[in-house]
Amino acid sequence: MTMGPRPLAWLKSRLPSGRTLVIGTPFVFLLVFFMVPFVAVLIISFADPQMSVPPYTPIAEFRDGYLRITLSLEHYRAVLTDSLYIGSYLYSVEVAALTTVLCLLIGYPACYLIARSSPSKRNLLLMAVMLPFWTSYLIRVYAWIGLLKNQGLINHFLHWLHLIDQPLKLYHNNAGLLIGMVYNYLPYLMLPLYAHFVKLDTTLLEAARVLGARPWQAFFTITVPMSKRAVIAASLLVFIPAVGEYVIPEILGGSNSLMIGRVMWDDFFVNTDWPSASAATGAMVLLLLLPMAWFQRLQKREIGSP
Amino acid sequence: MNRMQKLLGSGYLTLVYLFLYVPTACVVFYSFNESQLVSVWSGFSFKWYRALTTDEELISAAWTSLKIGVATAFASVFVGTWAGFVLYRFHRFRGLTLFTAMINAPLVIPEVIQGISLLLLFVALQQAIGWPDRGFFTIWIGHTMLCVSYVAITVQARLASMDESLHEAAADLGATPLRVVLDITLPLIAPALLSGWLLSFTISIDDVLMTAFLSGPDTTLLPIVVFSRVRLGLNPEVNALGTLFILAVTVAVVLNNHWMLKRQRRRELQIAQALRREDASGVEVRHAG
Repeated sequence: MTMGPRPLAWLKSRLPSGRTLVIGTPFVFLLVFFMVPFVAVLIISFADPQMSVPPYTPIAEFRDGYLRITLSLEHYRAVLTDSLYIGSYLYSVEVAALTTVLCLLIGYPACYLIARSSPSKRNLLLMAVMLPFWTSYLIRVYAWIGLLKNQGLINHFLHWLHLIDQPLKLYHNNAGLLIGMVYNYLPYLMLPLYAHFVKLDTTLLEAARVLGARPWQAFFTITVPMSKRAVIAASLLVFIPAVGEYVIPEILGGSNSLMIGRVMWDDFFVNTDWPSASAATGAMVLLLLLPMAWFQRLQKREIGSP
Repeated sequence: MNRMQKLLGSGYLTLVYLFLYVPTACVVFYSFNESQLVSVWSGFSFKWYRALTTDEELISAAWTSLKIGVATAFASVFVGTWAGFVLYRFHRFRGLTLFTAMINAPLVIPEVIQGISLLLLFVALQQAIGWPDRGFFTIWIGHTMLCVSYVAITVQARLASMDESLHEAAADLGATPLRVVLDITLPLIAPALLSGWLLSFTISIDDVLMTAFLSGPDTTLLPIVVFSRVRLGLNPEVNALGTLFILAVTVAVVLNNHWMLKRQRRRELQIAQALRREDASGVEVRHAG
């Protein structure tokens, strides 16, 4: 009862304000479960593997009254010089780049055409692009086995048309891998591109038409340059995750298509070499930092614009 | 000429949609195949659906996955909506760039990176304080991290497309900020929340990588079981399971879309009626817009 207002005011000044709480809660959540884990990766990449639980040596320990810190740079050296790692990084980037280009070649005209169709038809068409995005990723990748196998539907069909005598090899090799990658990543590319095309101001095209430009001329001198930023954002949305893809090469790729995701998985689960896997993770983050910063800049402009 | 172009355009789109749909259509078709050899049709049968009902490994894994999927969906809608609201509402605070980066990066960062780093965090924590063991909790957090960004961005976009004056009106009429959020904002973004929930659920239920890294020795989830079978090639039971999954998701998405369109039409109708009433009474009422 005699509690004066002062302790209460003191307490109030010490407690975070409502604004801080509102911003801070999701901030801390993301910080703890997204940023802090990278610190753990960094620490363990300097340790050495050992047969124990957990399977790595402590990098700092107290012994005879001294704090001993042991940093091993061995795994970084391995990641940067071992041809297995370098080869798989290069291969992953190559596959991801090819996937992105193929997705663009297929998706760009498709998005343009969808955005140009009548509004009622447009929604239905968009929904049909979205739907595979919702259905099981695993099942969609799996579905291609039945088409690509030597006795699969594609080979049956081509044989029936008398186009081939010998079955085409499409399953468990690079062709299968690429088809699976393009198939899976196409919706990721099409959604942002469609969003761009549907907002596109058509008065410029109208003007070009009035001034006598042919449709394809207008397309290449107006539509394509205007969509540059959307194309970059959509391409990054495909390229970056594609570099680390694991499931699709496991199911459709061949034994020689060694992407970096597979190398990391094997380091982790097969060789139980966590420090090497951590160093490979660190190197991959470095590799993708630039494209990710680019993506972030484009996204920020997108969010900041309204 | 124009007609020719239209024809070419429709032809092209047809090809693209064939590419998107033929594979899944094959899974559905062959799930009713009687033969063990998946690509040879030998007659119609529900055999593989019956086989599903007695597959103990699959059923118990599916049950665990269902629980984690529901938990993930609720958690990511909760955290994601909150984060999306912050993105929309506050444009100036310390750490804004880091905050947007932490929302955007998970959209693109390869899952293998996120999986390994979260696992290492949990292992280090377990070393230090004896908690958490790998299992339900760790998978739940991992899956939630996969979905939060999608929900946050959808919610942010939805909020940005909304009429700001509704919030102002409520605040003018004396509603506290919390009341405004609960009574005005949440009902208006309900469709975005529902689709965020559905998307999170489907991401959780067939995620392989995060699950593999974060599950302990005694938690087996559906995607891991399916992945280990699919790696070996075609499997008639997986066809049946996939068909059930495709059916469930299609129904949910179509219903959700239908509901959203209906809500939108109803709102437009109400606004039109209100405007008409206003015109008729000749009273000038300040309205949103």
